[in-house]
Formats: sequence, C-alpha cells, structure tokens
Amino acid sequence: MISGYLVTILITIVIYAMLAHSLNIITGHAGQISLGHAAFFGIGAYTSAMLYTEAGFPFWTSVPLAAVVAGIVGALLGVPCLRVRDDFLAITTMGINFVVEAIFLYIPFFGGAMGIGGINLPKWFGREMTKPEYFFLILVVFVFFLLLDRQLGRSWIGLAWASIREDEQAAGAMGVDVVRFKVLAFILGSAIAGLAGGFYAHFLTFIMPQNFGFGQSIVILSMVVFGGIGTRWGPIAGAIILGVLPEISRPIMEYRTLIYGVLLLGMMRFQPGGLLGPESILSKTFQRTIYRLVSPE
Amino acid sequence: MPLLGITALSKEFGGLRALDRVSFTAEEGEILGIIGPNGAGKTTLFNLISGIYPPSGGEIIFQGKSILRLKPYQISHLGIGRTFQIVRPFQNLDVETNVLVAYGHRFYPSLWKSTGPFRQPGNLREVQTLIERTGLRSYAKHLAKNLPLGFKKRLEIARALALQPHLLLLDEPSAGLRFEESAQLMELIRQVCDQGIGVLLIEHNMHVVMDLCKRIVVLDHGSKIAEGSPEEIRSNSLVIQAYLGKEA
Ligand SMILES: Nc1ncnc2c1ncn2[C@@H]1O[C@H](COP(=O)(O)OP(=O)(O)OP(=O)(O)O)[C@@H](O)[C@H]1O
Ligand SMILES: [Mg+2]
Repeated sequence: MISGYLVTILITIVIYAMLAHSLNIITGHAGQISLGHAAFFGIGAYTSAMLYTEAGFPFWTSVPLAAVVAGIVGALLGVPCLRVRDDFLAITTMGINFVVEAIFLYIPFFGGAMGIGGINLPKWFGREMTKPEYFFLILVVFVFFLLLDRQLGRSWIGLAWASIREDEQAAGAMGVDVVRFKVLAFILGSAIAGLAGGFYAHFLTFIMPQNFGFGQSIVILSMVVFGGIGTRWGPIAGAIILGVLPEISRPIMEYRTLIYGVLLLGMMRFQPGGLLGPESILSKTFQRTIYRLVSPE
Repeated sequence: MPLLGITALSKEFGGLRALDRVSFTAEEGEILGIIGPNGAGKTTLFNLISGIYPPSGGEIIFQGKSILRLKPYQISHLGIGRTFQIVRPFQNLDVETNVLVAYGHRFYPSLWKSTGPFRQPGNLREVQTLIERTGLRSYAKHLAKNLPLGFKKRLEIARALALQPHLLLLDEPSAGLRFEESAQLMELIRQVCDQGIGVLLIEHNMHVVMDLCKRIVVLDHGSKIAEGSPEEIRSNSLVIQAYLGKEA
C-alpha cells in the first residue's frame, strides 16, 4: 500500500507534468512564449469547481468541460495575442494571468480570497475514488496526451509548428497559415492546462486565486525550460525534479518562485536547451558515454 | 493575359519611398531580370508581391486576379514561390524536412488532413525528386544550418519549387557563390523556366543577367528607369548613369 503522503506527491507531479507538457505545446513546439499559463490552469480549476459545487455537475462532466472552457478562452485570447510581436506576447500573456487572478479574487461569484471549497474526489462504483485510484486515472489521461503529442509531432500540424518556431516569415512564404497554427497550439495547450486544473481542484478539494498566479506560471515555465524545451520528456523530467524539490525541502517551498525564477534565467543563459535538450551537458555526456561503450578501443 | 501584372506599385517606409509607381508584366516561361543599384527597391518589390507587407498604392494582378489583400501563405498557395536575399532556411530541420514544409501547402488548409503523418512514402518520393533536381541529394539528411551557402540557396529554391509555383521570385541567388556554383545554379533556373514557370530574377552579376534574361527591368531609387532587352539596357544612358553615379 502506498502511503498517503507519497500519493499526494505523485498526483501533484502528474498534474505539474500535464501543465509543463501543455505549455511545451505552445512554447516548445510552436515557439510562442507564454508567461501566463497558470491562468488557463485556473480557468479549468474554477470552471470544474463551479460546475461541481454550484450547478451539481458530476466530476466526469465538470472536468472535461473545464478543458473545453479553458480551450475556448484560449482561442478568444489567442487570436488577438498571437498577432502581436514576440516581445509583446510575453507581456500580454503575463497581463492575462494578472487579470484572470484578479477576477477570481475580486468577483464574489468566484468566492473571493476564500476561494471555493467542497470539491470532492470523483465517485465510481457507488463510492468515492481512493487517492491511489485517482493517481492512476490522471496518469492514464496523461499517457494519452503523450501519445497524442507523438502523433502530432509526426503530423503536418507538428511540421507547421516547427517551421513557425524556426522562422515565422519563411513559414508564411512556404504556405503555412502562421496565425491559425499558432492559435491551434494555444487552444490545445490551454485546454490541457484547463483539464489539469479540473483534476487539481477535485484533488485539493478547495481552490484559491493564489494557486493560479504569475508565480505558478513561472514554476510551470521553469519546469519546461529546466527539463528541455521542445522535447517530449524534458518537461516531464522538469516537473518531477522541480515538483519533488519543494516537498523535501521547506526553504525551497518558501522561496519557490524566487529560486525557480533565478533557475529559469540561469538555464536560458547557460543551458538554453535544458536538461534533456540536444545540446545539453547531460545529453552530450550521455552520447559520449554511449560512444565510448560501443566504439572499440 | 500576363502571368503577373504590376501597376503603379508604391511602398513608403516612413518618409522613404522605397518603391515609386513601378509597373511591368511578367510571362510564363520567361526569366525577367530585375536589376538596380543597392537600395533601389528590388527586395521591397518581392516583399510586396509575396505579401510580407501591404503596398502604399498600386495593384498586383496574378493570373488575372488581384492578390493585394492576401496573406503570404495565401499567395504561396496560389503558386508564387520565393527565396530570400539573406537565406532563411529552417536551420534546425534537415533538408528533406525543409522541403516537406512547403510540400505541405496542400494539407494545411484542412485541419483534418493536417492531422495526418507527413512522412508518407508518396510525399517523400516527390520531395526526393525535388531534392535530386536541385542537386541536394547528398545533403538530404543534413540540418540546413550545416550546409554551405551555395546549398542553402539551392535548398531555398527546392523549397519554393515544392509549392508547385507558376511564378518564382529569386532574390540574388548567385550572390556569394563561386563561379562554378553560380553557373550550376543558373542552369537550374533555366531548367525551371523551361517547364513553363515564370521567374523574376534579382541579380547583381551583369554577366548572369545578360546571359539568362531576354528582358530586364531596371530600378533606381524606387522608380523604374528602364525596361528592355540586354542590348537596350546596356546602352541606356539612364542605366549607365545610375550605375556610374553609384560608383563615383
Ligand atoms: N522594412 C523596411 N523598413 C524600412 N525601410 C526599408 C525596409 N525595407 C527596405 N527599406 C528601405 O527601402 C529601400 C529599398 O530597399 P531594398 O531592400 O528593397 O533594396 P534592394 O534594391 O533590394 O537593395 P540591395 O541590392 O542592397 O538588396 C532602402 O533604402 C531600404 O533601407
Ligand atoms: Mg535586396
């Protein structure tokens, strides 16, 4: 039997992995910086929380709807946002995050600073799901997204994203509808973040605006950049490492945003490919080791 | 009906008239030379035709229809391919994948088709053919950033050809190339044109232009100052002045 504490950490990590993965679609695959990803995490969490506590929707519909709502908001905000230049995009997405957090905080309908409570784990077979069962449920969903990611990487959509990431103007001249594919990445990334928000709300059982602030966005972005932006496993590695660290060290928990912010800048400066990126010290060492093993003396 | 009809095309950047009421036409299967001193507005002309920015005035008719309000990707779908003066291949993709990006123009408009895998035998075969035609076979799996300049230029042409264009805009394809490289590239351009594709060729090397083009348009300070056969251009006093004026 896995201990309750361990399960809590495991669930937190899968949720962070899902968030890092979803941001990676926008920032890693399509090359669009976002400093406000936690906004969509929050929109998902609040949507499923409201639907569950106020409208009486069960978990099984409130959480998918959280993804739909976050995806729609992502589309509505993405269309104007993604027309602006890169440097504006960073500021715009940051702004979106502050506005969304403020809406949760100051509009009484959303519970204000007290947040929303009474959101429970899902029911199945006539009883409430146990935490280990919940862990496996979200793990299965996450694995599904990983498989989807692999399919997308091999599709024309993935190729169009790669071309936009490389050179937007050249991509346009080569027949890629740049805005449309950027918005598609934004919708998909936002929807998955929204789903993660739904899972998070039902796991924590109460949510507050602070859970979805700018600091949270930085934590998610740090995971992506630390692990390896644009790679499939990097963001997961980032979510595991940066997700576990605060659990085993109080000071890291206290100063998480600060530490991760500094880490983010450091990585961008010295290891922009991240831990698992093609140019990283780790993968070079790994390749060298493999080379030594297979090559005859 | 000409393949491309440009009428009184103008572009201002702030106060600067980069292009000033330029008009000319281009035909299928023709290599039309565009020459002029530095800053004459040649690249600006290409950027307007390919929709990178909107003109300040004038009209661009391609195959009988105005393309003024179209976005770059829509213009490329109609069959206008281009290369860039300062090459911009997708640096971290290999040659084959670079060409596949442009080949995908037939899939991108449908979301459903876009979800299909791009490395299909059929697609790869056609891309392979283009890669061979442009002399890139031995580089097919190399990342674009690792290619020598001459091959980056070939890659840009291969990529533009994957759009199945009716019109190709080439911005100084031979600049920075050694003589033999440049000669091979010109041979390739001639072949492209023999297939009935119209080519607009911006070129600084007079020998190349005079050799390849039956007709040449000369720009200077944004205006068209001459148009005609290589002989006419060579003996045109305005052209001589424009070039000598720069040199002096
Ligand atoms: N995006 C831009 N913004 C402002 N000015 C521009 C822009 N593009 C071109 N110009 C200006 O327009 C004029 C024409 O430039 P253009 O690049 O079209 O010349 P060109 O004939 O291609 O020259 P070259 O032979 O050096 O390539 C130049 O004075 C240039 O500085
Ligand atoms: Mg130029």
